[in-house]
Amino acid sequence: MHTSEKQIPIWFFIGLVLAVYGFLILLSGLHEMLWPPPEDQRVALWHLHAPVWWGALMLIVGLFYSWRFRPRGGETLTGRA
Amino acid sequence: MTADSPFVLAMASGSSPGSLLRLGFVDLIIIGLYFVVVLAIGFYLKRFTHTGEDFFLAGRKMTAWIAGLSFISANLSSLETMGWSAMAYQYGMLGAHAYFIGAIPAILFLAIVMMPFYYICRTHSVPGYLKLRYGEPARALAGITFSFLTICVSGASMFAMAKILHLLLGWDMDLSIWVSSLTVAIYVALGGLLSAVFNEVLQFFLIWAGSLLIPILGLIHAGGWRGMMEKIQEHAPIIHPTVQNADFTSLWRNLGSFDSNPMGIDWFGMVFGLGLAVSFGYWCTDFLQVQRVIVAKDLRSAQNGTIIGAFLKMMVPLIVTVPGLLGLAVLTNPDGTPMVLVPESDPRAGITHRTYNDVLPLLMSQYLGPGLLGLGVTAMIAGFMSGMAGNISAFATVWTYDVYQPLLRRNAEDHHYVMMGRWSSIGGILLSIGTAYLLFLFSNILEYLQVLVFFFIVPLFAVILMGMLWKRATPAGGFWGFLAAILASIAMWAYVHTFPEGWRPQPKATLAPGSVVRVEQDSDGRWQRVIVERGELTLVNVPVPQDRNADDPLDIPGFIEEPQGRRPLQLLAPAVVMAGTEHAAKFGVEGLPLQLRPGVTVRVQTIEQTFAPAAFNPDHARVIARSEKAKPMAINMYSAWWSLVIGIMVTVLVSLVTRPKPESELRNLVMGLTTMPDEGPCPWYQKPVFWASVVTAILVAVNVVFW
Repeated sequence: MHTSEKQIPIWFFIGLVLAVYGFLILLSGLHEMLWPPPEDQRVALWHLHAPVWWGALMLIVGLFYSWRFRPRGGETLTGRA
Repeated sequence: MTADSPFVLAMASGSSPGSLLRLGFVDLIIIGLYFVVVLAIGFYLKRFTHTGEDFFLAGRKMTAWIAGLSFISANLSSLETMGWSAMAYQYGMLGAHAYFIGAIPAILFLAIVMMPFYYICRTHSVPGYLKLRYGEPARALAGITFSFLTICVSGASMFAMAKILHLLLGWDMDLSIWVSSLTVAIYVALGGLLSAVFNEVLQFFLIWAGSLLIPILGLIHAGGWRGMMEKIQEHAPIIHPTVQNADFTSLWRNLGSFDSNPMGIDWFGMVFGLGLAVSFGYWCTDFLQVQRVIVAKDLRSAQNGTIIGAFLKMMVPLIVTVPGLLGLAVLTNPDGTPMVLVPESDPRAGITHRTYNDVLPLLMSQYLGPGLLGLGVTAMIAGFMSGMAGNISAFATVWTYDVYQPLLRRNAEDHHYVMMGRWSSIGGILLSIGTAYLLFLFSNILEYLQVLVFFFIVPLFAVILMGMLWKRATPAGGFWGFLAAILASIAMWAYVHTFPEGWRPQPKATLAPGSVVRVEQDSDGRWQRVIVERGELTLVNVPVPQDRNADDPLDIPGFIEEPQGRRPLQLLAPAVVMAGTEHAAKFGVEGLPLQLRPGVTVRVQTIEQTFAPAAFNPDHARVIARSEKAKPMAINMYSAWWSLVIGIMVTVLVSLVTRPKPESELRNLVMGLTTMPDEGPCPWYQKPVFWASVVTAILVAVNVVFW
């Protein structure tokens, strides 16, 4: 495996995906909260607004991983060398 | 419910139970993004895979965390999560054994005892170890069998995925198969094991992110753990009437006998069949698993990565077993009664009732709204693709190094084998697609595939174990022990499905489409009798008087007396018309009397079989599993145990009369002749033995708490 080249750790990809997914789910949850669907189309426990807090949690974890493992010198594909 | 009472439940109108999940725009974006990212990772990693070691062994650079996450992700396919959720719905807490005694001791044994031999001998595969320890014949047998089974399992995974996505989302099956499999083919062919491993790590996070909300919301809904258990006790007799006295809420206290638990197994089968034979066979010798950890950067990372895998495996019941149990507690019909799911073999399956396999998707549809549903479906697709990629990367390695190189082209350049690895990844996927389409034609093969894997891995474990622990084991002993155990497994499987002359399958009546029927009900709405007014009926193994008057109605009892006992009549009505209302309907019932009005066309068939793969002969089951009450799961576990015993015994006996290899050829392969490498001092909290002890303590505690 070539190690001379600047490498992007797998954790960065994971952070990015979690952040984007978290953002989309959070937006979707906020939309549902502000413009509630008809009662017969709501999922069980709708009032807990799971997409809002679950999306926010994913966004925070994703942003942390993306920042912590951002492509820079000294990183390898598997994390810090 | 007594054996005499028929079970009849709701009848459905319309063409099918309908698509379970409806995706919105944001869900589709989430799913589409997943495909883009896994392909991007494959393209990015291609530049780092030039040599055979890069492509087949990910450069042997993996950290313990990546090895451990990949190890468990390759196992966490959607067949596994959906299958074991269904098991938990069917068998209650016993379903969690697959994650405790059915995995953890074996994973720890791999980490502490077997990993040093795999790692130090620098083998690239499990068949490669067989070559070093026993010679070419054992390697060839293992390599060819493993390649064949890997393709079968990968094809089965594709078939199952296409079927599930079609049933849940209404997606086109061809499209599901081709899009997912070509994506896997591209990223594995580009980046080899490196790409497979890195995508498995990503898939692990997505599977958890998409699955963990279900148990969280379900437990809130059920009123916590205690509330869920109370509801299970209340609902289980309604949902599982035939195992009314069985205990669904404990791990061990219901394993005293075969009939006190819903799995129909006893403690011996669970401990020695699942806990020793199947589990050790799968975790210690299935190359799909072992490959993920032997590519760690050093022995300590390989061992710690495996132990991280054990930790993570113990967490999986949260997203698998708990949803299955929640299915028993919180899935209800609109009128508040418990929703009854049925096995795939039930006459009502897919007609009026959802099946056990639908328990996880049903919970998804109950709790996950827009966005989260896309994440849940992505988790499901990621699970299927991680399983496929795991099989294909393992196949590419074993095919290239254990079949192609020794048997077809021995002394080529390294880049030639890398090219062969890339092409065999694509070829493996194409063969898997072929297998998936074959399963469309012969779908009943699917249920035997898992058993086929047992046929192979348990014998393999027997000979590898003897090879690692006993230096006297000879090449002939290893080969014949392996072969004898495989043949014994096949023979036991055939034996329990063999019946005496004259045995007949269950009596069945099938109404032709368009037949007109009427249903007699009592004052509570319970079905009493089905009357066929017009149409056509096929009767299998149902006696009909030869001298009956065609102008008289024909009454058929709900239970048929036969030499082998009194058996319920299955009635299948997949597309009928209800008399009087002219409404289309479909239903499946068992044990209900039937009346045929004059003019109804009757076709009578008598089928006798001496071999029936879908049925178990209780007399033969007693020989294998000690009791005629043993159910299929118990019989499989006992068969695996006997296979292990036979494999070890034949290896020992043949070894005692044949010539062993000289000790100089056994260095780094056998206990007592292997020197552990000095990897320098390390603090206590990095020592594999310490963490293995912690995992063992947690395992014991969990088993005591849920005893």
